[in-house]
Amino acid sequence: MDRLPKWADATLVPLISILIAFVISGLVILAIGEDPINAMQIMIDGGLGSTYGWGYTLYYATNFIFTGLSVAIAFHAGLFNIGGDGQAQLGGLGVTLVCLMVPWPNWWLALIFASLAGAAFGAAWAAIPAWLQAKRGSHIVITTIMFNFIASALLNYLLVNVLRPIGTMDPASANFPKTVAIPHLGDMLRGMGIPFAKGTPANITLLIGLLACLLIWALIWHTRFGFALRAFGKSEPAARYAGIRPVRITMYAMLISGALAGLMSINNVMGESGRLVLNSSEGAGFIGIAVALMGRSHPLGVLLAAILFGFLYQGGAELSMDTSIPPQLIWVIQALVILFTGALDNMVRMPVEAVFRKFGKRRT
Amino acid sequence: MSFDTLISILDSTVRLGTPLLLACLAGLFSERSGVFDIGLEGKMLVAAFLSAAVAYMTGSAWLGLLAGIAGSMAFSLIHGLASITFRGNQLISGVAINMLASGLTVLVGQNWFHLGGGTPALTGAGRFQDIELPFAAALKGVPVLGPIYDQLISGHSILVYAAFLAVPGTWWVLYKTRFGLRLRAVGENPAAVDTAGVSVVGLRYGAICIAGILCGVAGSYLSTSLAASFGREMTAGRGFIALAALIFAKWRPWYALGATMLFGFLAALSNRYQTIDLGFLVIPNQFMDALPYILTVVILAGFVGKAIPPRAGGEPYVKER
Repeated sequence: MDRLPKWADATLVPLISILIAFVISGLVILAIGEDPINAMQIMIDGGLGSTYGWGYTLYYATNFIFTGLSVAIAFHAGLFNIGGDGQAQLGGLGVTLVCLMVPWPNWWLALIFASLAGAAFGAAWAAIPAWLQAKRGSHIVITTIMFNFIASALLNYLLVNVLRPIGTMDPASANFPKTVAIPHLGDMLRGMGIPFAKGTPANITLLIGLLACLLIWALIWHTRFGFALRAFGKSEPAARYAGIRPVRITMYAMLISGALAGLMSINNVMGESGRLVLNSSEGAGFIGIAVALMGRSHPLGVLLAAILFGFLYQGGAELSMDTSIPPQLIWVIQALVILFTGALDNMVRMPVEAVFRKFGKRRT
Repeated sequence: MSFDTLISILDSTVRLGTPLLLACLAGLFSERSGVFDIGLEGKMLVAAFLSAAVAYMTGSAWLGLLAGIAGSMAFSLIHGLASITFRGNQLISGVAINMLASGLTVLVGQNWFHLGGGTPALTGAGRFQDIELPFAAALKGVPVLGPIYDQLISGHSILVYAAFLAVPGTWWVLYKTRFGLRLRAVGENPAAVDTAGVSVVGLRYGAICIAGILCGVAGSYLSTSLAASFGREMTAGRGFIALAALIFAKWRPWYALGATMLFGFLAALSNRYQTIDLGFLVIPNQFMDALPYILTVVILAGFVGKAIPPRAGGEPYVKER
């Protein structure tokens, strides 16, 4: 079978997939008696029409950059990490401990150590499934799913019995001190004289996310380790024959993946809520799967897909305020994106390949 | 712990274990045929919603059950389309199905009932009533055996009895019929089945349809028998506990009964007690909630009795040309 040109594989197939997902979502909106065109308009206005909307869109996008990269790097090693959500929650625990236990003199010192702690906690939570996969052959998909549930039980216990300040009923940690509040994007831009809406949660973590995209790109395509990672992901026997050690690659890939998921928590825990709450990750680990699939596991693709999903989240929240459409519409869109770009990829790809074959023949 | 408390905990073990058992058997059929199914949760959720919605609108729990099965089947077929026909990634398809279910149930539920994604309470024939087995009242006074018969064995809805009958049923289909032999073979070595002239695609679709029916009954039980309405995200991870039980049971029907009842027992304990005080150790109930998952990880790690999945599980079958 003829292969598709690289550009078509990287852009055309995902674009067609997402178009199908949007058309079906539109039909769903139509079926519940709302106007899809009007809904789209509200979403665009709410998500991209103002600096206020952008402040939220970019905040959500930052979460998804980290979880998307987390899933993507595991994909490159042929591993499917569904545990991003649990790893992000554990990362939140690390960030919280660092922010509450040490009297930090300023925010940037706190940010550095909180990032390290978040990444370390996330990586540690991914390490056990990784080790079990590498050494004992336990299926990583199943173990990471189990670890998500174990993580939420653990966090539930810690928040209710250990971290909850005396005298409050909320299962949440104490508020972080003011000194560790990291700068928000709006404040930074206004400081530079650019007008930006106040009170939006997008913060400096976005810049760390962009840096992470760059670093992961360099790691995957411009280092020996990255080569070994991709070789292992393409064919394990071939990689083994070339002297690449499977246990080591599996461990490193999952540690990096877990660390990225854990890093997400500096955005939502330190940057937005300023304390640890129950289910702090809000399912961002699962959205990472959609983002990585749509972005074809390339950091640039992940970045673009993360912004798209950030927009959908913010737009969806606005939509639920203005219409009777609940924000769960986004779950439907997201599920359809995963379905068409991930599971039904061949259904989209086969007709495209057929068109290219026909077109190619005519030319020769 | 008094005898009465024990009986009441065991009674709620049966009630809480039943949906796990049905979903576990659904996963068993699917995975024994070589199709991984992490979408059990989503299928149960859709079935629970449609059952409650239709039972409320028609006033008949039986029509609700049919609607639930239909919804679960539809999602099974999406999974089949993705993982059998188009040879996509079965795990990704399962993830998508779970998300689609949790999104659609709220979206449609809000549109139909305006109750934040739930359905109104079901009454009368809209629910499956508990069945009183013969002589339950008469034998109540007999010591020990009386309460066991009256409270534990009698007094469940028909779906509970169906679920327990499904265990020998599954065993019989899997090990005593031609379909079962082929089903097990297609999960281990689809090429051999294909060589023998049996359709791999047909067998696998058959298996996921059975899984769809069982998940449908499981979901319907949740909203029309265990509870009296549908609530948002009401499956609450039960599909994944069933998946864990399936691994715990090493993909075997009788073991599945044991595993799901064990997990049902843990859930019953955690429902009843906030903490369990063993004297030297106090166990918080969050630990009881996490225990099914921890046990499954231990089993998967192979330290205690290795669980070996069907060999062709997760691999789409590509016919050689």
